[in-house]
Amino acid sequence: MRARTERFLPFALLLPSIGFLGLLIVIPMVQALLLAVMAEGGGLSAENFQRMFADVNFSDAWRNTLLLLILIVPLQLVLALCMALLINSRFRGHGFFLYIYAIPLAISDLAAGILWLAVFTERGYLNSTLQNAGVITQPILFLSFDNLGGILTAIVIAESWRATAIVLIILIAGLQLIPRDFFEAADLFGANRLRRTVHVVLPLLRPSLQSALIIRTIFAFQTFAVVFALAGRNMPVLAGEAYTWYATNRNEHIAAAYAVLLLGLTIVATVVYLRVLGLREAEVQR
Amino acid sequence: MASITIDGVNKIFGKTPALKDISLEIRDGEFMVLLGPSGCGKTTLLRCVAGLEQVNGGRVKIGERDVTDLAPRDRNIAMVFQSYAVFPHMTVGGNIGFGLRMKRRPKPEIEKRVREGAELLGLVPFLDRYPAQLSGGQRQRVAVARALVMDAPVLLMDEPLSNLDALLRLQARADLKRLHKEVKRTTIYVTHDQVEAMSMGDRIAVMREGAIEQLGAPMEIYNNPASQFVGGFIGSPPMNFLRGAIRDGSFAGDGFDVPITRMRGDLQGREMVLGVRAEHITIAGEGIPAHVMVVEPLGSHALVTVLVGKTPVKVQAPIDVAVRPDQAINLHFDEATLRWMDAGTGSAIQR
Repeated sequence: MRARTERFLPFALLLPSIGFLGLLIVIPMVQALLLAVMAEGGGLSAENFQRMFADVNFSDAWRNTLLLLILIVPLQLVLALCMALLINSRFRGHGFFLYIYAIPLAISDLAAGILWLAVFTERGYLNSTLQNAGVITQPILFLSFDNLGGILTAIVIAESWRATAIVLIILIAGLQLIPRDFFEAADLFGANRLRRTVHVVLPLLRPSLQSALIIRTIFAFQTFAVVFALAGRNMPVLAGEAYTWYATNRNEHIAAAYAVLLLGLTIVATVVYLRVLGLREAEVQR
Repeated sequence: MASITIDGVNKIFGKTPALKDISLEIRDGEFMVLLGPSGCGKTTLLRCVAGLEQVNGGRVKIGERDVTDLAPRDRNIAMVFQSYAVFPHMTVGGNIGFGLRMKRRPKPEIEKRVREGAELLGLVPFLDRYPAQLSGGQRQRVAVARALVMDAPVLLMDEPLSNLDALLRLQARADLKRLHKEVKRTTIYVTHDQVEAMSMGDRIAVMREGAIEQLGAPMEIYNNPASQFVGGFIGSPPMNFLRGAIRDGSFAGDGFDVPITRMRGDLQGREMVLGVRAEHITIAGEGIPAHVMVVEPLGSHALVTVLVGKTPVKVQAPIDVAVRPDQAINLHFDEATLRWMDAGTGSAIQR
């Protein structure tokens, strides 16, 4: 009786999270897959994907999504790494900085987008500050549809502000897992700060870098709310197209095709990260 | 090669003094052991020499060079950590050569010295393995090899054997002693194990509560402990202590009366503690009455625990000793082997 309980207990304990994931992730995912490969009249078809690829906004959305990913993810990683190393050096008052850095974590992405809209818009904080300071006489249209560079910069700033904290938290947790002795041994055996970071800290931080990169890349593919708030339809992105096709064009099939494309991209990126940054078998401590 | 001078070093953690005005001179090529119970400050003192802790007062010199304000990497020292701190993402060879790579030595030199270091510690077959694929003893040797190839004149070791099992520790102890004879680095070795200290040290500094209680060669400390603390810490079993006072040619206390022929006149009547080693007590036909509690045969000899009055006393007896628990016996002390301490302060008294 007891052996039996012990055998089933782990499964019983896993059941709630399996149920949760199944209900909220697996079922919608399967539904999206089905929607994407079904023609409007019923029956299997590649028609939805063909229409998606042929859409006027598709190439822009594709380019913008990759552009944002390439600009935002490395920037966030480097920023978060610097901030994490700074906090981990335990200077006086490092706890205060951690709290400051972590504040954006509590703000939803749409709210963050609107907040930054208030900064960058024609009569926003940035323009009024510059005008009051006498730097400019006329407000600059940062977010104008023909100012792609301005829109891109605003989005990169807003996204970095909003989502660097999650990378930071993951990296700080990772740094704290590295025994102090490794830092001290590196110091003692002649490494300066930079070489210590390159030769000892970063390699030991690989598992955390991997998690952070996977999470950030997935979210970068899904970038939507901040873009929508700052640029509206002036800057189409893949996740935004899925929303538009679903909510505005009322075509759930093509919306689902976009979602499946994003899923595919996410899986490819994750596999690459796992392969490139994974620990070799021989390095894993028993 | 270099001597190490620790001059009036103080270290305070918060409000707790960890090191109280410590001065210690370690000679060139000497193997100095810092010995003491946990929390006595021995590791803190080592870390102050390494530069991993900043001193709050005093100076540390290596050779003629004042290193007090230098970073660890500028002190020209090597260290073996208690946890070994062998990098898991580098092979054994990568670990051994780490310090040389950080010092940007030429590649052929690094390869040659890694090879030499690996040979010295029997690690050649493992050069391409990762630490996770090694046993604890092998990892410890990687840590020692990494420190030795640095050619730093000063080698610091922080309880390097404490994570090994008993048998391996015995082997590693002898290996380290042999290595020291070969490379002759000035060594500071921290341990709480008095057997390690006795067997390896040229000199031992016994520490207690952030101060050095006694400094001397192992046998000097064993034979003439400067205090009741040192006598009780060094030796296995520790020194036996009996409390009493000198009166009219004998030292008397609860349940015993030891005749003493030679004693300073001014100690007459003073409360003192008599210290005697287990091997200096013999079981005799007459003498101090004692009650046998436990007899432990240990192969080469037997350890007999007896009660003198209410004080337990350990006696080292021949293995074929014919005593049994609950038996009443008599003990004989050889007067020349007895040590005397003040009952209040515990410090040794010359008679």
